[in-house]
Amino acid sequence: MEVKEIKKSNWEKTINVREFVVQNITPYYGDASFLVGPTNRTQYLWEICKNALAEERKNNGVRSVDTDTISTISAFEAGYIDKDNEVIVGLQTDDLLKRTMKPFGGFKVVQKALAEQGLQPNEHITTLFSKYTKTHNDGVFDAYNDEIRKFRSLGILTGLPDNYARGRIIGDYRRLALYGIDFLIDQKKKDLQAISGPMTDNVIRLREEVSEQIKALKDMLLLGEKYNLDLSRPAMNAQEAVQWTYMAYLAAVKEQDGAAMSLGNVSTFLDIFIEKDLLAGKITEEEAQEYIDQFVMKLRMVRHLRMSAYDELFAGDPTWVTEAIGGMFEDGRPKVTKTSFRFLNTLYNLGPSPEPNMTVLWSKDLPQNFKDFCAKVAIDSSSIQFENDELMRKTRGSDDYGIACCVSYQELGKAIQFFGARTNLAKTLLLALNQGRCEATGKLIVDGVKELKGEYLDFEEVMDNFQVAMKEIARVYNDTMNVIHYMHDKYYYEKAQMALIDTNPHIDIAYGIAGLSIVADSLSAIKYAKVKPIRNEEGLTIDFEIEGEFPFYGNDDDRADSLAAMAVADFNAELQKLPVYKNANPTLSVLTITSNVVYGKKTGATPDGRKAGVAFAPGANPMHGRDANGAIASLNSVAKINYKDAFDGISNTFSIVPKSLGANEEDRIDNMAAILDGYFDHNAHHLNVNVLNKETLLDAMEHPEEYPQLTIRVSGYAVKFVRLTREQQMEVITRSFHESL
Amino acid sequence: MNFWDVLISILIEHKENILRVHSVESFGTQDGPGIRMVVFLQGCKLKCLYCHNPDTIDTSGGQEYHVDELVKMAIRQKSYFGQKGGVTVSGGEPLLQSKALIPFLKKLKENGIHTNIDTNGRILNHFTKELLDEYTDLVMLDIKHMTEKGYEFITGMKRKETTFDFAKYREESGKPMWLRYVLIPGITNNPKLLKQMGEYFKDYTTIERIEIQPYHKLGIHKWEALGWDYKLKDARENTVEEIQEAVEILKNYFKKVSVN
Repeated sequence: MEVKEIKKSNWEKTINVREFVVQNITPYYGDASFLVGPTNRTQYLWEICKNALAEERKNNGVRSVDTDTISTISAFEAGYIDKDNEVIVGLQTDDLLKRTMKPFGGFKVVQKALAEQGLQPNEHITTLFSKYTKTHNDGVFDAYNDEIRKFRSLGILTGLPDNYARGRIIGDYRRLALYGIDFLIDQKKKDLQAISGPMTDNVIRLREEVSEQIKALKDMLLLGEKYNLDLSRPAMNAQEAVQWTYMAYLAAVKEQDGAAMSLGNVSTFLDIFIEKDLLAGKITEEEAQEYIDQFVMKLRMVRHLRMSAYDELFAGDPTWVTEAIGGMFEDGRPKVTKTSFRFLNTLYNLGPSPEPNMTVLWSKDLPQNFKDFCAKVAIDSSSIQFENDELMRKTRGSDDYGIACCVSYQELGKAIQFFGARTNLAKTLLLALNQGRCEATGKLIVDGVKELKGEYLDFEEVMDNFQVAMKEIARVYNDTMNVIHYMHDKYYYEKAQMALIDTNPHIDIAYGIAGLSIVADSLSAIKYAKVKPIRNEEGLTIDFEIEGEFPFYGNDDDRADSLAAMAVADFNAELQKLPVYKNANPTLSVLTITSNVVYGKKTGATPDGRKAGVAFAPGANPMHGRDANGAIASLNSVAKINYKDAFDGISNTFSIVPKSLGANEEDRIDNMAAILDGYFDHNAHHLNVNVLNKETLLDAMEHPEEYPQLTIRVSGYAVKFVRLTREQQMEVITRSFHESL
Repeated sequence: MNFWDVLISILIEHKENILRVHSVESFGTQDGPGIRMVVFLQGCKLKCLYCHNPDTIDTSGGQEYHVDELVKMAIRQKSYFGQKGGVTVSGGEPLLQSKALIPFLKKLKENGIHTNIDTNGRILNHFTKELLDEYTDLVMLDIKHMTEKGYEFITGMKRKETTFDFAKYREESGKPMWLRYVLIPGITNNPKLLKQMGEYFKDYTTIERIEIQPYHKLGIHKWEALGWDYKLKDARENTVEEIQEAVEILKNYFKKVSVN
């Protein structure tokens, strides 16, 4: 029996999880052959879950809802799937897949979501929220001005977190396992004492926030007690480390229903405890895998109450339990451990799944065995995504980070993000062609856009107008964000998550754009072909006639690709000029989730030849079918968008037919890994990987009951294909599937 | 070279450092090892009945590319090639443009990129010899048929031994070669022919593998688009068992047999 001594130093005295991990990790260079299948207990539990999931699907996507209780950290009694078989316990409520009311984001949304299920909240709660208290949503609309309201109603800004929780904040859930609650409370109390006068707005607010955090920590103790867990102390073994970490996460998803509730980067951390117990002979590999399988199973069961309109933007009931796996330390060692493999292995032991949203942090220096295994898992499951660890680590400054929401870097425990949905850049371009008026309604949206009088569009004139439009959109977008985050802090502060983050963290504010490929191709058409706008009697563009050829974004052709990169850089530059609430640092994403469909619907014909209402390509993807020179040329185009102009992330979804990836499994794995090495060598940021036949998807549309677990990557996350709307399914199917004969 | 080879190579205009290209695929996984940029050159003197790129046959079509432009594209894609991948020149028949291929492949080699030529082996002049010996890491040689009659039936050309002489030349150079063989039930897929091929090549040391390409009809629409008559309409695709039987026979003679 070996005893692995845990190295102790500064991390014991002050909170420093990174140091603990750096000092105690056992990087793993071997292959996947040590992995084991699920235990009987795990299989038994998963069967129960699968039945519950089938009931959920049958029952309009909702299995049950509690209408009497406002969900808080300790609001519900303990819940189990089957207590005797659970080695990792804890549910959001007292029952599996039961959704709860979290009304502080917006009570109307809760009412609407319930009404769609034929339910209504307990009347006391209705009275409380209509007469005596206020929500984030109420606060926001008290402060919104006419301009913001107009932008919102005309679909210039969509999906804003102004009536639901903003999410995106990643608590450092490892802290609970490493330190226990008593220590965390002591640290926060010290912080609180150190925040002293003069009592300006900032100081008062911070004191209140830290006090709230301490209350949340105390509430977590109660949560633990319900499951007979003493969370006041640190975890003492592997099972406890997993359990404690999960309890911290559970507290977060009991209190908040943010769009994205990422997990962080826990696998490397947990491996230290597992490795220690394995070496000491206290547990077997079967048990180690069982902890992870059951932890992941619980993460798959996380649910929030949503209204159906939410599905348009974020289809498939996602929760974004994003877990970052792999990557490298600054000292050159890989962060890959056996538990990195064990997490990925859950996709075999429990089958494919969108959640947790597993994200491999890719580096050319990762152990080849790990690269090969990741490639294999991506091919087999279409459930994982990849991000460029080299790029993020070197430009953002830390090797201890998680992925917020879909694709965004966030240093763990040291920084947070303010989520900001996205604006429609393609529509912004149409404003530039229509004197600042909405092409659909004729309503004036931005001032100062000159009339274009020529028969054909002139590139320089269009660009001048586009700059004006972008500047105005950025201004109103920024105003909107400031209102939203001010009110969210005030009415729906994330006290549980913030309790697990340093006091006064760095803040990034995350703006986004949709329709990039449409903008790039439209500008290319205007620049390299002749584009004649067709206008109605009001002078609004209704269509475009294109004479001649022009290069499309997506073919590694600088002429078009540079226009995409320029649009991102220009819009980001506008955002950088504006003042942000809490001095947050502006960042921009090129990411759509599934909103590319609804944004397309709301956008008129564009100068690239796209007709009114046609869906955009997702994220930073080239438009469907226009990337004609093969997958690599397409990837190279996307890689030209400079990450420094889009620090919130550049999402690319890559779909390929298995046979085209290689003739046999060995070739497919080699080629997949080579694609990732190649793409990220070009400083690209993110890649979703789907390895699927179109026929499979078409069959799943016809026979959804036969494909309950069929998972595909969309834009920055994965969904169960059968839970997409028919329109979204069709959009996925018409995307470029890279195929070669 | 026979009369036709000479005539064709004269007919195709040679411009310095210019290649006549049908298309470029940036993500080829079926034409040589690893991930490859595949340059499909325009023009072929054969008209194989099953050709799935009949639009590459016409020697007057295509688009002119300067060699440097293609080299630049390959360098942009180099990071994806990994340990195995590189550039494949296919067609059409690449060796019709051997002269311009010399500077192209030379520059690829200078940039550390693996080179591969996918050919029917009908041309062997001093340009092709220089190209093969100096700059071509791998040759994929298409063995159309083992009999003269069959060869002429498929390709419309006589003198199958030209291709076999080419194989012999490559063998003598000691540099790697793959054989490719399109498998059509009844026409090329019969045990006698497969054994004959195995016997013929079994002592070749440069052959790393033979790649079977089961016949498929995916190219028919291109023939129709060109207004050409597709004469193999009645041929059928192989069954899984038929492919497996062919693999089993070839395994007796070749180090590696793959199905593409």
